[in-house]
Amino acid sequence: MSAADLTRWDASRLAAALQAGEVSSVDATRAHLDRIAQVDGDADAGVHAFLHVAGEQALADAAEVDARRGRGEELGPLAGVPVGVKDVLTTTGMPTTCGSRILEGWVSPYDATVVRQLKAAGMVIVGKTNMDEFAMGSTTERSAFGPTRNPWDHTRIPGGSGGGSAAALAAFEVPLTVGSDTGGSIRQPAAVTGTVGVKPTYGGVSRYGLVAMASSLDQAGPCGRTVLDTALLHEVMAGHDPHDSTSLPGPAPQVVAAAREGASGDLRGVRVGVVRELGGEGYQAGVRARFDEAVALLTEAGADVVEVGCPNFAHALPAYYLIMPSEASSNLARYDGMRYGLRVVPDGDGVTAEQVMAATRAAGFGEEVKRRVILGTYALSAGYYDAYYGSAQKVRTLVQRDFDAAFGQVDVLVSPTAPTTAYRLGEKLDDPLAMYAGDVATIPANLAGVPGMSLPVGLADEDGLPVGLQILAPAREDQRLYRVGAALEALLLQRWGAPLLARVPEQPATAATASSTTEARA
Amino acid sequence: MSDISRPEVAHLARLARIDMTEEELDRMAAQLGAVLDAVEQVAAVVGDDVPATSHPMPLRNVTRPDVVVPSLTAEEALAAAPEVEDGRFRVPMILGEEA
Repeated sequence: MSAADLTRWDASRLAAALQAGEVSSVDATRAHLDRIAQVDGDADAGVHAFLHVAGEQALADAAEVDARRGRGEELGPLAGVPVGVKDVLTTTGMPTTCGSRILEGWVSPYDATVVRQLKAAGMVIVGKTNMDEFAMGSTTERSAFGPTRNPWDHTRIPGGSGGGSAAALAAFEVPLTVGSDTGGSIRQPAAVTGTVGVKPTYGGVSRYGLVAMASSLDQAGPCGRTVLDTALLHEVMAGHDPHDSTSLPGPAPQVVAAAREGASGDLRGVRVGVVRELGGEGYQAGVRARFDEAVALLTEAGADVVEVGCPNFAHALPAYYLIMPSEASSNLARYDGMRYGLRVVPDGDGVTAEQVMAATRAAGFGEEVKRRVILGTYALSAGYYDAYYGSAQKVRTLVQRDFDAAFGQVDVLVSPTAPTTAYRLGEKLDDPLAMYAGDVATIPANLAGVPGMSLPVGLADEDGLPVGLQILAPAREDQRLYRVGAALEALLLQRWGAPLLARVPEQPATAATASSTTEARA
Repeated sequence: MSDISRPEVAHLARLARIDMTEEELDRMAAQLGAVLDAVEQVAAVVGDDVPATSHPMPLRNVTRPDVVVPSLTAEEALAAAPEVEDGRFRVPMILGEEA
């Protein structure tokens, strides 16, 4: 078979072929590295989903997995499968930049727990994916190293902050990626690229080594091209971690079994709530149309579909844009130019540490990061704390109560993942409020800690771009996302005859191929 | 529009240890005003009877046994430092700044 074929395979199909000895991990890894070399390009052209490609290391790791398999060792279900990791998770042996100049070239002395889990599972890390600086953005345009482009249309945003992780899947550069989701950074990129992404229950996946933006909201999670693939990666990442004091004790949810059960397409007895407040006015016509059709399919599959009100979701967006910058302003205080990362020393004699800090942060942080740090500093300052941060925390309670009430009536909630399809690069760059508004449907889950999935439900008629449907479940009930998601995916596949991503345009070959499987890009 | 003055932004920038140009201060003041307009509604929707939630999944007293376990060596911890001297982080002057 040709190398190009392997890049079109789902992770589950590739894993089965690897287990059967029909394909080697070296062949699979090389095929994906070649694909990256052909289409990923650089800051100026191509998908630019990757900030760093670790070609030689990946091939060595793949050879090691092949050797272990050859010796008859027992390996995990995804052993030998290539994976991309968002550049917000620390990795030994390759840089971790978080899309920021302040960490350019920094190599972590330790692996994030999630990265350690991927390696223990025998997965082959091919590189680090692009993101908005410190995960602050919804377009990946805020990466200090240039934007990622949407494989459906290179003039459009791939979503953010994890645009690299989503675009790499849609461009068939890698079959699985890891993302992180503070207000929608896994789910919204999944929606606008026609891929699947899951924000697990808060605490369900370790945050150790996930560089912090807003600690009470950040959650790493799996991204894939199918619901089953995403479940397979979820099980690799999930579980209690003693290195993370917010990690949940107890067993991880059985998401792979749920995805397989759901694939039968039978949802009899499942109660589905359509969130009244997340739809209608303000949502693009094509988004509404595809969402309504998908809800009708859920009914056909036997689900009991009702409308559910969550009145306080209307206040979730403003509360989030107080809590997130407040926590971020505190977390980002660590970038002081003293122990690691950039240090900028102003000219002159007797320069103080404070002056070095201020010059370093001025040079190392981009505009959106500065905006959020200043906003957070304001919201936490004496005289404003109660009105802003304190009130936002109370809204958080109200949002949780809405979820509690809703999940007293239904098993899962559904909504469009984002109000629009992918807009044009540059369109909202100078209007932060307009960009923030795109997070309206994803933020409530982060505030309450509940899990959420986005999966593709078709293309909008007016622009031919992907639409995502969001499924939300109660905390620690992540498996419900996979059961309902897999059922909907199976019914849509029957209707379409082929996966949605079969319709993504062929990616233009880029010139920048010579150095692609070697190190140092961006 | 919420009133956040340019001197106020300059003060916040000093607190946050970020040097800002005149032009950055102008732009930041205008944008922060608009953002604050959009978020200040939160104060109006909550009453005194609503408790605050700081964390979605509260866990209490998460500790581990107080035993020494392997961690980074001094060399590993210093490997990415901008400046190192005698096995320590070398930093700019931190005392006598008022002098």
